[in-house]
Amino acid sequence: MSDLLDQYAQAVGQNVIGQLRHLAAPLKGLKVVHVNSTREGGGVAEILHKFIPLKNALGLDVSWEVIEGNKDFFKVTKSFHNGLQGNTVALTDRLLAAYEKVNQQNAERLRPKLEEADVVIIHDPQPAALLSLCPNRRGKWIWRCHIDASRPYRPVWRYLKGWIKDYDASIFSLAEFARRLPHPLYLIPPSIDPLSEKNMDLPAKEVHSVFSKFDLDPARPIILQVSRFDRFKDPLGVIEAYRLAKKFVPLQLVLAGGGASDDPEGQIVLDEVNAAVGDDDDIHVLLLPSDAHRTINALQRASDIVLQKSIKEGFGLTVTEAMWKGRPVIGGDTGGIRLQVINHYTGFLVRTPEGAALRIRYLLHHREKLETMGRRAKRLVKENFLLTRHLKEYLALMISLLRGAEERIEVIS
Amino acid sequence: MVAKAKKPQNEPEEPVVVEESTPDLELPGLKLDMKPFDVRDCALLSLATGVSVQTLREFREALLSVHPSSIYHHFWGRLLQAHFDEPEYNNDFAGWAIHGLDDRSLAERLAVIDPTDYEDIEQLRTEVIDIVEQRLDESELLAWTRADQPFHFIRAQIVVLGTGIRVSDPVEMVKVISEMSSGGVFYHFIDARTRTEERTDDFSAWLGGYGYEYVDLIRELVMLDPYFSSLKEIRRKLAAIFEGYFQGRAQ
Repeated sequence: MSDLLDQYAQAVGQNVIGQLRHLAAPLKGLKVVHVNSTREGGGVAEILHKFIPLKNALGLDVSWEVIEGNKDFFKVTKSFHNGLQGNTVALTDRLLAAYEKVNQQNAERLRPKLEEADVVIIHDPQPAALLSLCPNRRGKWIWRCHIDASRPYRPVWRYLKGWIKDYDASIFSLAEFARRLPHPLYLIPPSIDPLSEKNMDLPAKEVHSVFSKFDLDPARPIILQVSRFDRFKDPLGVIEAYRLAKKFVPLQLVLAGGGASDDPEGQIVLDEVNAAVGDDDDIHVLLLPSDAHRTINALQRASDIVLQKSIKEGFGLTVTEAMWKGRPVIGGDTGGIRLQVINHYTGFLVRTPEGAALRIRYLLHHREKLETMGRRAKRLVKENFLLTRHLKEYLALMISLLRGAEERIEVIS
Repeated sequence: MVAKAKKPQNEPEEPVVVEESTPDLELPGLKLDMKPFDVRDCALLSLATGVSVQTLREFREALLSVHPSSIYHHFWGRLLQAHFDEPEYNNDFAGWAIHGLDDRSLAERLAVIDPTDYEDIEQLRTEVIDIVEQRLDESELLAWTRADQPFHFIRAQIVVLGTGIRVSDPVEMVKVISEMSSGGVFYHFIDARTRTEERTDDFSAWLGGYGYEYVDLIRELVMLDPYFSSLKEIRRKLAAIFEGYFQGRAQ
């Protein structure tokens, strides 16, 4: 397992790994369980795939459980997701009963393990009710919210707060996402894994292979948005921005997305996107499987500019991924995109398709600025948004909670 | 009182004798304490306070009561938290003045505050409040201007860890500092200023225990301004100072 840490040491430096070892030392043997609702698709699953082996390599005893749900369950949890992001959604008694029943069923299966754990980390609203269904729990329970919950639809928040208020702590990605709760609210931005297939360096040949594979013209600029087909990602706004910019510069647009098993709305939005594309051969809508990591990596590297024109965004890991590849990002002026896209330095923040179109034209006209911004973007990610920084904060948080969450905690052996 | 200073490497055998009556020098940590230097590491956690403001008047009110660890976080937290390493302004308050309130005058005045100039967090808080109140006096409109983005007060929690590394000879610091984590640099060079009696960094305070033997090295360390550098830069500069000093001494 130390091989894994050695690999990261090569990517981020030995002193970063040394610090992780220092933080992990007082947590050796600690039983930690992560619980979420999908093993594939979406940023949470991607982070957990790497977090678990790394924490284990550092001496913790970490496992990952995925709750099993049915159609009604995922329908209501999608409504929770949309409601937390501010959309008005309908919560019927039948759907809420489905939510509670699925949590109850999963609690029956997971209870012994969860009650025995020293630390349980519950990701997002789907498994949030598990805490109240584990009355003999002995460890600390943390609710990790990956969603921008700054202006939630009140009935959704009121309902979920009933399940969340008894946790020992919550984690939000940014201060503006945090909701008032009667326990400490930690702020930890997420991260990307520099060694994963989605972010590792690729041979030039593999990058160039996407041109023929997806019928792209290497001679004309490519703009790309990678995201689920979700209204909050504004794929229709991206198409509009592309059409406005294409009047002035030759351009191709790639909209690459995949489904996640807990997102039943994806097909509806995809149909809207296909209708908007019409017969434009320079727009390429790619519905990729959830394991197409190398393909997404190659597409990001083959693109000139990456867009993430979200209207609402949790953190925006696709922004981080593109920046890690030295691409400037034109992003929606919202959520975690603001933390990453430093306006005019690592990309541009925009609020409208018109704004995005203007910045596309600007960057394609000023190639040297595009290159400079890309280099700065990569540096920003290296210093702040890699997995090792994320892991460091999780370890520190666990020490903090286990030692009493005081302002200054000294663990000096 | 007479104390024997520890013998550094490459020095003759005779002990250096330091007289208490040595001429006045403004040195931090001038005490004759010869304990080894315990290398520590730290991580900074950020917590939401639930306090967010949208006008300068609200900002002033919040500054009066917000927890001291929040003032600490907004001046120093950027070093250990996600940030852009070429920020336009060096503290979060100044950043909000320009990006939230679009008030360049206030941003410039807040940005010039160097937290190392103040005895403690309360003095620093008073200075920030004075500047904000002065600006409120100057501009009636500003008192009611709603910021484009609210300012969220965040507080810091620091987790300090032992590393098992002990330095008993200052020359060993050349290697130890070059391998130190960012957290270690923060703890010993930044955080030390808020917890040491001398309000200085741990290296200077420790070297002061050797009497006047390392006066020149301490002077160089004290001259290093941490406020405009990243922790990586501070580590590089610290390592260069120690290395340069001991190379010079060897010659």
